[in-house]
Parts: sequence; structure tokens; C-alpha cells
Amino acid sequence: MAPSHTASVDLVETPVLERVLRQALRRGGDFAEVFVEDRSSSSIFLDDRKVEELSSGRDRGAGIRVIVGETTGFAHTADLSEAGLLSAAEAAAAVAREGGGGVREVALSRQHPDHHQTATLPNSVPKSDKVDLLLRADDASRSAGSAVVQVSAGYGDSRRRILVANSDGLLAGDDRVRTRFFVTCVASGDGGMQTGSESLAYTLGFDMFDDHPVEEAAEKAAQRAVSKLKARPAPSGVLPVVLKRGSGGFLFHEACGHGLEADHILKDSSVYTGRVGQLVASPGVTLVDDGTLGPNWGTLVIDDEGRPAQRNVLIENGVLTDYMWDYLRARKEGRVSSGNGRRQSYEDLPMVRMTNTYLLAGEDDPDEIVAQTPNGIYVAQLGGGQVNTATGDFVFGMTEAYLIEGGRITEPLRNANLIGNGPDVLSKIDAIANDFEMAPGTCGKDGQSVAVGCGQPTMRVTGITIGGTASA
Amino acid sequence: MPDLLGLARRVLEEAKGDEEVEVYVAHGRETSIRVFEGEIEELTAAESAGVGVRVISAGRQGFSYVGTLEATAATEALVQARDNATFASIDEHAGLASPDGVEPPALDLWREELVSFLTDEKVALALELERRVRSGDPRIRQVVSSDYVDGYGETAIATSRGIEVSSRQTGCYLFVHAVAGDGDDTQTGFGYSVGRAPGDLDLEAAATDAVDRATRLLGAKKARSAKLTAVLDRRVTATLLGILSGTLSGEEVVKGRSLFAGRTGEKVGVDELTLVDDPTNPLAYGASQHDAEGLACRRNSLISNGELKGFLYNTYAARLAGTASTGSAVRGGFRTTPGVGAQALSLEPGKQDQAEIIAQVGEGFLVQSITGVHSGVNRVSGDFSVGAEGLMIRGGELAEPVREVTIASTIQRMLQHVVAVGSDIEWLPGAATGVTLAIDDIALSGS
Repeated sequence: MAPSHTASVDLVETPVLERVLRQALRRGGDFAEVFVEDRSSSSIFLDDRKVEELSSGRDRGAGIRVIVGETTGFAHTADLSEAGLLSAAEAAAAVAREGGGGVREVALSRQHPDHHQTATLPNSVPKSDKVDLLLRADDASRSAGSAVVQVSAGYGDSRRRILVANSDGLLAGDDRVRTRFFVTCVASGDGGMQTGSESLAYTLGFDMFDDHPVEEAAEKAAQRAVSKLKARPAPSGVLPVVLKRGSGGFLFHEACGHGLEADHILKDSSVYTGRVGQLVASPGVTLVDDGTLGPNWGTLVIDDEGRPAQRNVLIENGVLTDYMWDYLRARKEGRVSSGNGRRQSYEDLPMVRMTNTYLLAGEDDPDEIVAQTPNGIYVAQLGGGQVNTATGDFVFGMTEAYLIEGGRITEPLRNANLIGNGPDVLSKIDAIANDFEMAPGTCGKDGQSVAVGCGQPTMRVTGITIGGTASA
Repeated sequence: MPDLLGLARRVLEEAKGDEEVEVYVAHGRETSIRVFEGEIEELTAAESAGVGVRVISAGRQGFSYVGTLEATAATEALVQARDNATFASIDEHAGLASPDGVEPPALDLWREELVSFLTDEKVALALELERRVRSGDPRIRQVVSSDYVDGYGETAIATSRGIEVSSRQTGCYLFVHAVAGDGDDTQTGFGYSVGRAPGDLDLEAAATDAVDRATRLLGAKKARSAKLTAVLDRRVTATLLGILSGTLSGEEVVKGRSLFAGRTGEKVGVDELTLVDDPTNPLAYGASQHDAEGLACRRNSLISNGELKGFLYNTYAARLAGTASTGSAVRGGFRTTPGVGAQALSLEPGKQDQAEIIAQVGEGFLVQSITGVHSGVNRVSGDFSVGAEGLMIRGGELAEPVREVTIASTIQRMLQHVVAVGSDIEWLPGAATGVTLAIDDIALSGS
């Protein structure tokens, strides 16, 4: 598939989009939108010393939505011809039952300059270079220790060109290139087997590996697996927890980020409903969602509703300042979107989603925080987690953790979950360090997955329940 | 419906003599309705279709897909897959499935009734479900969403090894998410019902389930940490079986990534534990005539009276392990290559229902739901630690509600500590069946 040099806003001709929007509003309707996507992706998987699979694919299509009062109609098609788009518009408009909306003309105008991708495009990189990355990672993991018995690694890239046109006259396009890499090692010892993983993911092209060598990630994953061979079971009970900078950000993504999404707020299914202006966290806590933050995994130029990404302060010095908004929820409240309308693909409706969510650094020294913790847990890497936004209860997996004894990091611990309540944990943060790191992740909501970044400085929570099996 | 097998054959004609080619074609339609406060919130009409092509040439495998049924694009996918293959490692075990003479089960998974069901009737079901939940208990404070979703799909597979199969099926479900409140306390509960046609759906059961699950947790508190017997509710057991199935994948076993590697024939669980994967059972929602490589589905015994009998294999894993495919190739649609997976796991039921098991256990914890399964269970080491909520069991009866605790053990230990398997089988969506399961020596972490 040859790279296309046309701008994303030209994926479908503007007069065709105008006719499709007119068709979508033919039966009456307050708002109509066409979202067009052309996505190419490739992935390579190495396992057991073999490059098992090279895979590539292409998806092109459009999703059309029509909003009538409180109701949204949605249809999508892989047929980007005018006939295909008109037929999807007709299906989406079926929710406007009253009929007789009359003719409403839509004149589109470009709202923002189209984003021209400057990254090295994935299809201009030889496949053999991508394969080579994985072989290098395999070597690096295996030479990190003889206990490493199995290595798997994956590479993936995507180029996603999108176009958004709506009945307010908006016409915007984006060209997104993302690249990711992961490695998982299995180490074997007397006490059984343990695993360790590491991933790299940026909104960048292949050149990201110049700054982020796969060997480093591969060694890190191997060390994690090997060190856990000597790990003892995690304790059971409530203990102080020091979260190392980086992946601990996912805890705040889950524990409060989701509860600050306006769709949950408007349905009164969040613990944060009606709490703007109130103290919801320790005074040192400032939480930000920022779709413009560097080349991080959740970075966007525009969101999937054509709105420029922006920096939104959600909690400032412990006080709840605002929620995150997409077009639909902002419209209900008579305000503008905060650039958080995202969707997995043209086959999905947009909803309120996070981008890069992080806690700002404080002033404490990270080593001092550990030194001043007589007994507790040091979490160096968090895995996935889950939250119930209505109650704030969350769980999280610790994939690299250690005991803190007498102010020192001591023995490694086997994997276990920690469990807590979002508002409760936010109020129990008593130390925030002056370091900071972002980590990539995939966020799932209502069946849709999107790329997000999370970050945080090293910090301490005075008590979280650790779900291990040993007496605390 | 488009002629999927015809398209697959057409792409296959482009195969060269020295390569193996598999063409997988899928087409489906879905309608999804969400209501909120008596009105339609979202109505989605979706059609998706695509072609995935696998090429194996000189021991190297490549794959490519396109999200359309256009013949020229499908042929382009073959060209891309062929190019991708040239960069893969030579793998003597790479290969497509060969017809093995096993007859597919006679299953009819298609209900014309669903295809002709009117949109207004679908909306009416979702609205009625919302109404019943709202009026089900004065403490129901919100019905976040009430959904009716249905769909039908067809797949076809044609390969250069002579496999030519197609199959089609229908399915639908109701799903409701309720929030209960009492003073400052808030709890949530989900209810659902699944079927092959709208007539199979039990709206009342879905509504009652959501109301009960949300309200019975009101007032829940953290419990004290303790070692105890956990009684897993049916859906929790289904989740646990889903985890277990990953450890029974022949590919993970042969690659040394399963806690069961090298343990065939060993006693891994108590006598009462018998586990099969049986997609030939028409009651299972995972029932299917063919697996994702076009081989006939079959009944596979995994654990019999506590003894580990075998593992699940697709063609590649079987060749790696020096055995035959068990018809257990699964794929997540046309965009992926076949992996190995369970399709319809179930435990052989015992003799007691849930109430009898609770009475027998006497003191323990009824686990209503678990969270953090992906992060909290390690299929290699067997470590198990998940978030849980439910009700304490005291004197053989349900007592106070509990939240924000974890339960932990290892998979190995849990299988050896099963104290009762329920008689209350529930056929659920996904690859596993629900049944009440009691396990002792579980560490509950709370305050």
C-alpha cells in the first residue's frame, strides 16, 4: 500500500461530506457528524527464538452519528463512496422519527491547519529492520541471566489518518503515527517460574528506538523475572505504600481519572459528582490530563471529534477544579468540549476518554521518602487495574514490588493485587517527590480500547490494602 | 448475505503452487440499543466485514487483512501476507490444518426469529428492563444503562489443503447496570440475560439480578483479614475457569509457560474436579461446528476426577508438541491469526445447590464478584490475588456485606482445596460455564 500524500481532510471530498451531512439531518436532528478513518498497521511477534509472525492490515471506513434531543443514532460503513456514506447517513438518521426536518445546508470550513506527519512513516521502514529489533531484544534478555528460559517480544506500528466533519461546519484532519514494543521474559528457578515485562510506546515513528533502545527494556524485563525467583509472598493487610515514579500513574488514572469523566458525572455514577470546588485529595495533589504532552502514548493533535487536544487541570492543590468533556456531554451542560472525545475506530461512538493523565511532581527527595518509611511496600512497577466509578473502589496488580524494612528496600515480593478506594487513597498521600516519569498503557471502557499515557512522581500513600497471602 | 465462501475460493485461486494459503472471511451485522431515563440514548446499526489471509511458504508464515469484502482488496491482502512471510523465521512446525476426518457436530446456531425482530421491539425490551430495575427496589438510585444488543454473523474458511467450511450464528443479550444508594453509601450491580434469539431472553431474571446484586451490598465494609472458605458465585467461577483455560493451552505448555507443563497424568485437583471443553454441546454459547482453522469441534477432557488428562491444541501448537489438533483454534475475527483457546469449558456439576453449599460451609465468604483478574493472576507462577466483594457466611447463612478486600491463593492450591462443586450450572456468554464452587484455605485481606 503506497503512502498517501493527500491531506487527511481530503480522505473524502468536501462537497460529498456536505451532502452526506445534509442527508443525515434530513429527518430533523440537532447535530450530525461524519468521522472517516484510514488506518494501516503492522505487527511482528517473536516467541521462543523465532519470528513467528508478521502481520499487516488496512481498515478504511466512516462512522456517522446523528443527535436528536437526548438520542444518538449511529451507523458505520467500510464503503467510502458517496452512495455508501449516504446509506450510512440514512441508517444513523433513523432515530429522528418525527421526520420533516426539512433541508439544512451545511457549509464546511477547515478549523485548524491539517496536521502533517513528520515522523518516519511505518511503511517506509524496511520490515527487516523491524524484525531485527526483536532479535536484538531476545539476545539482550537472554544474556541478562541464565535463569531466563523464555522470551517473547512484539513490535507494532500504526498510521491512522482521520477526518471529522460536522453540521456546525467543522472540518478537521489528523495524521497519527504510533509505535510500540514489548518484551516478556520467563525465568525459572528452584521456586518455580516468574515473569517480567517491559514496554515502550510513543506517538512517534520508528526513530523512537534511537532514544529508547530495546536492549534496555529487554534487560529490565529479564531482571524483573529473575529477581522475583527469590521473591516471597506479598503480605496481606494494610501497609504504607511507596509508589515509584512512572507506572504508579495508572493508579490515579483508575482511582480518580475515570470518575472525572463527564459521562459518569452526568449519570450520577461517579463518586465525584457535584464535588467541584471541594477538597478531594491531599493539598499537595495536582492532577492533570494533557493530550499535548510530548510524544507520549496518549498524545493527540485533535481528538476524534475534531477538537484540539489541550491541557486540563482536574485537581489543583487537592481541590477538584473540573471534569473531562466530549462534545455530547459538554453540549448538555452548555459548555465546550475539553478535547477528550475519543473512539477506538470508525466503528465506535466517541465518548469521554483520558489522554495523558498525571500527577505533578512535589518537592520531596525520592530516597528520603523510602528512608522515612519504617515498614511498608515499595512498588516499582504496577500492572493493570480496574475501577468501579460509582463507588471509587479499585484494584491494581503489582508486577515489581519489594518490602521496605527499617527505611530500606529489602526483599522482592511475588505478584499480588492491591485494593483501595479512590477518594480515600487521594487523601492519604503524605509525600510527593521531585522526580517524574510517564508510562504507556491501554485503557478499556465500554468495550473500546484507546492509547493513554500515565505518570507520577515517586510518592507515598499512608495505607493501602495489600492482597498477598503472608501475614503482614 | 454476501457469498463468503465464493470470495474465499476466489482469493485462493491466486495461491502459488509452492505456498500454503488460508483465506478467512467474516461478515456480521449488529444492532445495539441503549436507553436511559425512558428514552433511547444510543441506537447503533453496525455492519462489519473483512478478509484475513495466511500464507506459509518454505516454513515461513505471514498474515494480512483488509476490513472490506472487495475482491481486489482481498487479493491485495494475499500479496501482503506473502511479502510478510519472507521476513519470518523458518519454522518447521508452521503449517495449515489438514482435514482429519472428524465429523463436525450437527448444530443449528441460527435463529431466523432474531433476523426479523423489529427495532421497536428491541427498544421496548431495553425500556422494560430499565423500568423493572428502577421499580425493583426503592434504594435503586440510578440505572446507568440498559442495553439490548443483537447480531448475526457468518464466517467461511477455504485453504489450499482442501478445507472449505462456512457457518453462521445469531445471538442477543440484555444488560443492565444499576446503582443502589442508602444515605452516603453507594453500590453497583449488573444483570444480564443471553440467548440465540430474543425469545430466549429472561428479562425478569436480568432485572432481579441487577437489583439484588446492587442492594445486597449496601452497608458493605472491609472485613478483617483471615484464612477462610470462599464460596464463588457462578459467574466468578466462570471467570476462574477462563483463567484456568490459559494454563491448559497446549502452546503455553509446550513453551514452558504454564504451571501445568509436564504434569499430564498427575493428580492436580480433588476427586470432585472434572473439567471438559465441549463446544459440541448446543447449550453452550461457545458451541460451534468448526474451530477457527476449519477443523471439526470436539469434546476435550482436561481434568478428570482431579487427574490432568491433556491440553488444548490448534494445528501449530499440536505440531510443536508432536500431537494432533484438538480442534481448539480460536481467533478474534478476521484481523488476527488463529490462537489456542477453550470454547465451552464446564465443570462437571455436583449435587448441592448454592444454598446447600453455604449451609455446609458454615463459616466463610460468598464472593459475588471479583476485579483485577488480568493483573492479579499469573498463569506461569499460579499466583492468584484479586479484588472481591460479597457477603460473609455465618452459621450456614448469608450475613453482612463486604467490600474492598482481596482474596488470594495460588491456582495449584485452589484446585487441591475445592470442597464443593454446585449443581447449579448457568450457561454464560464467553468460553466458560458458571457453577457455584467452594474453596477453602483462601487468604482474605482486609483491615
